[in-house]
Amino acid sequence: MSDYISHDHEHDGIDRRGFLQCMAWAGTGLLWTVSGGVLASRTLAEIAKAGGSLPAATDLSFLQISDSHIGFSKEANKDVTETFKIALDRINAMPTPPSFLIHTGDITQLSKPEEFDTFDQVLKSCKTKDVFFVPGEHDVLNDGGKFYRERYLKSVEAKGAGWYSFNKNGVHFIGLVNVLNLQAGGLGQLGDEQLEWLEADVKGLGADTPIVVFAHIPLWAVYPQWGWGTSDSERALGYLKRFGSVTVLNGHIHQVLQKVEGNVTFHTAMSTAFPQPAPGTAPSPGPMKVPAEQLRSLLGLTNVQYKQGKSALAVVDSNLS
Amino acid sequence: MAALLCGIAFLNLSLFALGGEMKNADSSKQNRIEIKDFAFNPKTLTVKSGEKITWINHDDEPHTVVSVEKQFKKSTALDTDQEFTVTAGAPGTYTYFCSVHPKMTGTIVVEK
Repeated sequence: MSDYISHDHEHDGIDRRGFLQCMAWAGTGLLWTVSGGVLASRTLAEIAKAGGSLPAATDLSFLQISDSHIGFSKEANKDVTETFKIALDRINAMPTPPSFLIHTGDITQLSKPEEFDTFDQVLKSCKTKDVFFVPGEHDVLNDGGKFYRERYLKSVEAKGAGWYSFNKNGVHFIGLVNVLNLQAGGLGQLGDEQLEWLEADVKGLGADTPIVVFAHIPLWAVYPQWGWGTSDSERALGYLKRFGSVTVLNGHIHQVLQKVEGNVTFHTAMSTAFPQPAPGTAPSPGPMKVPAEQLRSLLGLTNVQYKQGKSALAVVDSNLS
Repeated sequence: MAALLCGIAFLNLSLFALGGEMKNADSSKQNRIEIKDFAFNPKTLTVKSGEKITWINHDDEPHTVVSVEKQFKKSTALDTDQEFTVTAGAPGTYTYFCSVHPKMTGTIVVEK
């Protein structure tokens, strides 16, 4: 196959050559895959095309969508509602639907109620009804996230600014908020209250519990010069060090990047709205205009699968072209 | 703390003082700060007390203008081509940033 790269690493992460190769593919808008477990070699499109189903050994499969930016209508994508719909169509076309979705923030462009309404209306077309949210900075622009919490975080009984956790099939999921109370000159931020909650939240868990952390801004220093990182993420990761499998899913940077550090896999998802430049390759991280025929190859979603007994979760990205 | 930079306007539709002093003689002078490529330009602007300062966003990304020490009222999120205006109050140095992209910082120096 020529349209994806697959690696299979149990523990030790990805080698430099492989990473650069993956980066190259991601840069040209094609699909790439880095897998820590099994089942990483099939994309959503392939599964849909083949009419097959996920292998029975998959214990849990969920999808990450991110950065819908409903309300954005500039050159980089004049119809973000349409591309969001296409992403949902892809999910609906999966013969074995995912158990649930995770949306990692920036539902809207400007936090307007009508933008949230449009998103919710379109989301109704998705056959998968269970959706877990964490806010992006675009969702909390003018009210500190009050509206967002009321609408998207009430059912999960979120604490503080909107953080929460839940369990699915033996996997412990943690939704974090790192887009509020940002400090001048700084990066994304979790804050003391949330970090203390996190420490207590994972205290009683066995080290063999697979952990999935999801938050908007990357929890690793992708490119601090553009604000692509979280100032106190090290402390959060310190609380997760003893776990055998930690998967960190982020959005915000509108492109796939991955890093493996020990037992922790960091992964960022594509946007469904518009791409952003690779770190440091443009004067600013603003929306990137590409030729119309390329756009959908730079938008996409992320499928994550967990198989009991395997240390790492398989993370598979697919674009919308 | 008293509002030291005062006055606010959106899209040049209105200007209203939030308190503090306004000097009529200087208030018509416009000092502009362009927001482009995730930066305030000029990064440091020196004005006279009573003069207006207007930020305009040229990016396809919303930005805000927020006083680090909460010394003046913050803007709402400025979409592309939207403006935000304050009137300089008491002399001093005022640092501000974009609360959406906190790497973006700037300084206003208000002279007598």
